[in-house]
This record gives sequence, structure tokens and C-alpha cells, in this order.
Amino acid sequence: MEVFVQQLINGLTLGSIYGLIAIGYTMVFGIIGMVNFAHGDVFMLSAFIALIFFMLISAWLGAGLIVLTLFFVLILAMFFTSLWNWTIERVAYRPLRGSFRLAPLISAIGMSIFLMNFVQVVQGPRNKPIPPMLNKSILLIDSATYPVSISYKQLVIIITTVVLLAAFWYLVQKTPLGRAQRACEQDRKMASLLGVDVDRTISITFVMGAALAAVAGVMYLVLYGVVNFADGFTPGVKAFTAAVLGGIGSLPGAVLGGLLIGLIEVMWSAYFTIDYKDVAAFCILAVVLVFMPSGILGRPEVEKV
Amino acid sequence: MAMDTSTPTKRQADMMKALKEAAFAALVTFGLCIPIIAWGTRQNLDNQLVLDPRWDAVAWAVAIIFVGRFLMALRQQKRGDGKSIVRLLPHGTVGFFQRHSRIFSLFGLGFLLTFPIIAINLAGWGGALKWIDNFGVQILIYVMLGWGLNIVVGLAGLLDLGYVAFYAVGAYSYALLAKNFGLSFWMLLPLSGILAAFWGMLLGFPVLRLRGDYLAIVTLAFGEIIRLVLINWTEFSNGYAGISGIPRPTFFGIPFTAADDGFAAVFGLEFSPLYRTIFLYYVILCLALLTAYVSLRLRRLPVGRAWEALREDEIACRSLGINTTNTKLTAFSLGAMFGGFAGSFFAARQGFISPESFVFMESAVILAIVVLGGMGSLWGCAIAAIAMIGGTELLRELDWLKQIFGQDFDPTKYRMLIFGFAMVVIMIWKPRGLISTREPTAFLKEKKAISADMVQEGHG
Repeated sequence: MEVFVQQLINGLTLGSIYGLIAIGYTMVFGIIGMVNFAHGDVFMLSAFIALIFFMLISAWLGAGLIVLTLFFVLILAMFFTSLWNWTIERVAYRPLRGSFRLAPLISAIGMSIFLMNFVQVVQGPRNKPIPPMLNKSILLIDSATYPVSISYKQLVIIITTVVLLAAFWYLVQKTPLGRAQRACEQDRKMASLLGVDVDRTISITFVMGAALAAVAGVMYLVLYGVVNFADGFTPGVKAFTAAVLGGIGSLPGAVLGGLLIGLIEVMWSAYFTIDYKDVAAFCILAVVLVFMPSGILGRPEVEKV
Repeated sequence: MAMDTSTPTKRQADMMKALKEAAFAALVTFGLCIPIIAWGTRQNLDNQLVLDPRWDAVAWAVAIIFVGRFLMALRQQKRGDGKSIVRLLPHGTVGFFQRHSRIFSLFGLGFLLTFPIIAINLAGWGGALKWIDNFGVQILIYVMLGWGLNIVVGLAGLLDLGYVAFYAVGAYSYALLAKNFGLSFWMLLPLSGILAAFWGMLLGFPVLRLRGDYLAIVTLAFGEIIRLVLINWTEFSNGYAGISGIPRPTFFGIPFTAADDGFAAVFGLEFSPLYRTIFLYYVILCLALLTAYVSLRLRRLPVGRAWEALREDEIACRSLGINTTNTKLTAFSLGAMFGGFAGSFFAARQGFISPESFVFMESAVILAIVVLGGMGSLWGCAIAAIAMIGGTELLRELDWLKQIFGQDFDPTKYRMLIFGFAMVVIMIWKPRGLISTREPTAFLKEKKAISADMVQEGHG
């Protein structure tokens, strides 16, 4: 029981990171029907941006004000990652709108390779560790055999995710911007006829996706304390799995799928074998795509001739 | 371009506009550079991370983008508002090549057959090894992989991101069977192809119902699963450490060794490691030509026509009674089979394999070769493979660049960076690849090449 509760906490923490990345996949797929293959690498890039700002700001503020530092890092990382993703959309995807179906996907794969190697070239191929922070934890169940605790890190991650998801939900559901975005998702041509600036809306979608990926990047850095240029690929595929599992195109589905994937991964490592945890995630991806391609909360797709 | 607008005010306005655009691009570049280029992270002797400011690099990047964008904007204005078309070759060159493709094919074939002799004559016995091995064999492996994947992606229109999995199946089949059972290369070559085709069928059967981009992701997942299993199942594949000491291929039973019954001794030649390399070169050349021959002939068979029809419009195919699953499955497993052949050749050539050789990047490189060359075009694949693999091999030779950029400048670091960038640029500039014309297999009187832009992509 104690093991299960502890793994539940760990799984939710990991799952919130996957969920945040998954939103970026699902929004872009919803609006332009393209698998944004480079999104995992945008996430990795954001972790690097966060790393650099963390070092700059903690040198400036001192090690005491860790929460304030993280707050600034979060804001800056969100801004600069959004700028990156805005540029990527502008340069690599926008010219391909209306090209044949696989062209944007191939361009995105190229972009993914480019980003990964760009970071490797400018920042070096080695792991980049930061000093440990927020090390304390709260004891939840005081058991002699297996004490269950939640660390400050996990608490910060879960709370930030919840707050930002609430803000994001408000943005999509209640503001004119979100309305325009949902309209484009349903019918891009009709939305443009009704005066929605489609190009701008798509840009904003990429910006929002990148901002949430940047949050995930900061959280990843806080949780693991180390980042590497190749770290974007596996979380990227897992987050895509989460988006598919939840039903691609559905925002609550992405979060739900992220949490599920996080939980499955952690439980698998705890009860079976840690070696095959990535295999488990990839198998889920294949099984879900084959047997229920519309996911848990997605709409079944009707193929029109 | 109807009116001549060379009045000074107009020109000034144009200049201002171009300057404005360039300034905007430079500003964005500056923003992009701020965290990631402006500070480099480095571990000091205490293993702590420290930051190195690099504002000179940022200044260079911003300046290059500013000038580049300014020139581009001016060029666009000169051409008018129409889409700018950049031509690599003068108009009609591709058509000329296509009309005389038989002559060029023969010429190319002749060159390939005599390549080792040319290399030995030009570079001598010592220098030829590098040219035949690094350029000849290496490029031909990728040409073959590209042609194999071309059956899946170019002809049947199925985007396969896990092709390297079949390459791995072929390589491990050869390595394990040759090491544990002592079977010969010539026996295992077809066997590993069959095994890879079997795996292709096994993996393809459940997933081939999926649409284009979903299929791509599932094949990627399969590729990764196979690699992860190879890493973790140490009793089977020896994990990360890989398999070493794989038996080398023999010349129909005669080994390439310095011993008395070795190749050199039997034929009364002086021993040289070059013979094995030349032999391997001809083996891979034959395998690649076999792949090309099979895919050329298959295009004329009903199944090949069904593939191409499937690529163009899946729904129409289904309506006409083509069994889409079987058609896709044949393409998928045939592609896998050639991947398996190439894999077993790879294992035999290297003598050592590990899961590191079968990462996703490898799949992406092969896919890039197919896509950049022009999907469905054998010539395109070959040209792209020569440009990409030969180009990256050439990067190793660019030692003189060190004199410009300093001693720690390593051009090979930029290999994949250029690769990814080229993929994006070619997709934007020529979405159909470098050779973007198709040769119809069925025609009335005269074979006319059609532009691939006319070919509609189905939902395959």
C-alpha cells in the first residue's frame, strides 16, 4: 500500500510533465492536422534555456530565494521558447501549408534533427547538471517499512501544473483568442470567411504549445537536475503517446493521457522491470493507435471522400 | 512586372521596406540567440557548471541573418510579388537526363564497376582503401537502403520511420547465426532477408490500416522497441556491448587472410587488406543493383501499379477492388527484405555490431535520402545518398577549415545539423524532392515525364 501511494505521487509528477508537453502536440494536430515532430526537441531546448537563466539569476539573486528564482526562470523560459517555436512555425511549417500531406511531417522531422544537433553544437554533448535544490520533503505516511513522502520539488511541480492548466483552460474557453482557436480547429476555411485571422491563430497555437512545453522543461530540470541534448526524443514520443491515448485533438484528453502514461511508466518500473519502461510506453502507443485510434476522449474521425 | 517602377522614390521605399524586414529578422535572431548561444555552459574542474559569455557569436549570427534577409527581400521585390523560383539547373536539364537515362545509366554502371581500379590508380594501394571503403561501400550501403525504403515510401506511399529496425534484424540475424552456428555469409544473406521480411509482415499486419502520419509514428515506435529489446535482452544480443568477432565473408570459401589458403596465396598475389574491401565493394554493388532491378521490374507488374495507385488515392483503390492491406503488406515486407540484406552485409563488413548503430537517426537519414532525392525516383535516391553520405564523409577531409576557424573546429560536428536543415529547406523549396518528375509506366506512344506536382497525394 505504501509503495503504491508513493508511486502514485511519483507518477502524477511525471505525468504532469508529459501532460504539459502533450497539449502542444494535441493543439497543433487539432488545428493543422500535423504531427509536430519537433515538439519534443522544443521541450529539450526550453530545458536548456531554463538552465542558462537559472544559473544567471541564481548568481544574481543568491541561492536563498529559490522560489523567486524559479518564478523568473519560468517566465523567461516561456517567453524565449515561445519565440523559438513561433520562428520554427514561420520558417519551417507555414510555407508548407497546402503542400502534400507528408511534407510538413518531413519538415518537422528535419527541424527535430536540426534542433537536437544545434543544441549539441552550441552547448556541448555532455550532461549538464545543476546544483540540487528544494531537497526537503514532507512525510505523509510514517511507516517503519516504507515511509511515504512528497518532496517540495514534486509539490511545486504539481501545483504549478494545476495553476497553469487552469489559466490555460480559461484562455481557451473564455477569451476571444481561444474562441478563434477553437473555430479554426473545427473548420479553418469557414473561420477565415468569418474574419478570423487563421495564420495568426495558428502562430498563437504554436506559441501556447511552446509556452506549456517550456513549463514542462523547467519542471524537468527541477525534478532531475540534469539535462542533455538528446533528452527531447523519448519524452517527446511519450507525450505524443499521451496525446493519442487521451484522444488527439482533445485538450483534457492530453492531460489525462499524460497522467496515465506517467502512472503506467512509474508503476511498471516499480512492479515489473525498469529496463523495459520505455518499451511499455511505446507498446501502449502502438496498441492505442491500432485498436482505438480516437483515444479516450477524442472524437472518432470520419473520412470524407 | 507590367510597369517600370524605377523612380527614385519607389526605389527608396523598396529599400526601406527591405531594411525594415531585415531589421525585424535580425531582432528575432537576437531573441533566439539570447539564452542558447550567448552563454555556453561548461563544466569546470570541480564539476560545477559555469557560463561562458559568447556575444561575438551572437553578433555574427545577427549580422548574417540581417544581410541575408535584406538581400532576399531586395531579390523578391525585383521579381515582383510572385513566388520566387530558384532553379538549380537550367530548364529542361532533367528532361534531357530522363530522355537519355539509358545512356547515363550505362555510364554510371561503368563507372561503378571500374571504381576500385580508378581509385587504385589515382590514390595508390595505400590510399585506395579509404576511398573504396569510406566512400564506395559506405555510399552504396545507403543507396541500397534508400532504394529499399523507396519501395515503401516512394512507391507505396507509406511513411516508415522505423526502417532501421529491419536493418537491425538483418544485421543481428547474420551476426548471431554466423557466430553460433557457423553458417556462411552466402547462406545467411538470403536467410536474413527472409527473416527481415517476416518481421516486416509481422509488424506491418496490425498497423497498415492506419493513416499516413499515424503509421509513421507507429513504425517509429516499433523501431525503438526493437532497439530497446536489443539493449536490454543481454542473453540474446549482449546488450550495449554488442557482438564482436563476427565471421567475415569469404570468397566462396576462400578467406581473405594472409594464411597459405587465403585469397592472396591461392591466386598467387601479394597479400593486401584491399582485396577484401574490393570484394565487399562488388558484393554491395550487386546487392544495390539487385534492389534497383527488382523495384524497376516490380513497377511494371500489377502489384507495383497497385502500389502507385495506392499512393495516389487509397479510397479509389479500395473502390476498385484492390486489397489495400495485402498490397501495403507486400511493399512493407519487400522493403524490409532489402533492409535485411543490407543489414547482414553491414554486419559482415564491420565485424562488430551494437544497438548504437540502429538508432532513430539512422532511419531519419535513410528517409531523408528518399525524400530529398524525390520519392519514387531511383536516380534521385542515388544522387541524394551520394550528396549526403559522401558530403558528410568529405566533411572529415576538410582539415583546412581548421586554419580559418581555429584548431578545435570539427566539421563533422555539423553533419547532422546540416542534414536536418537540408530536409527543411528542400521541403520548402522542392517539396517533391530534387528529381521531382515521374516516369509513367503506362503510356500511349511516347513516354513523357510528368511533374510530380501533378500527382495528387492520397490519404495513404
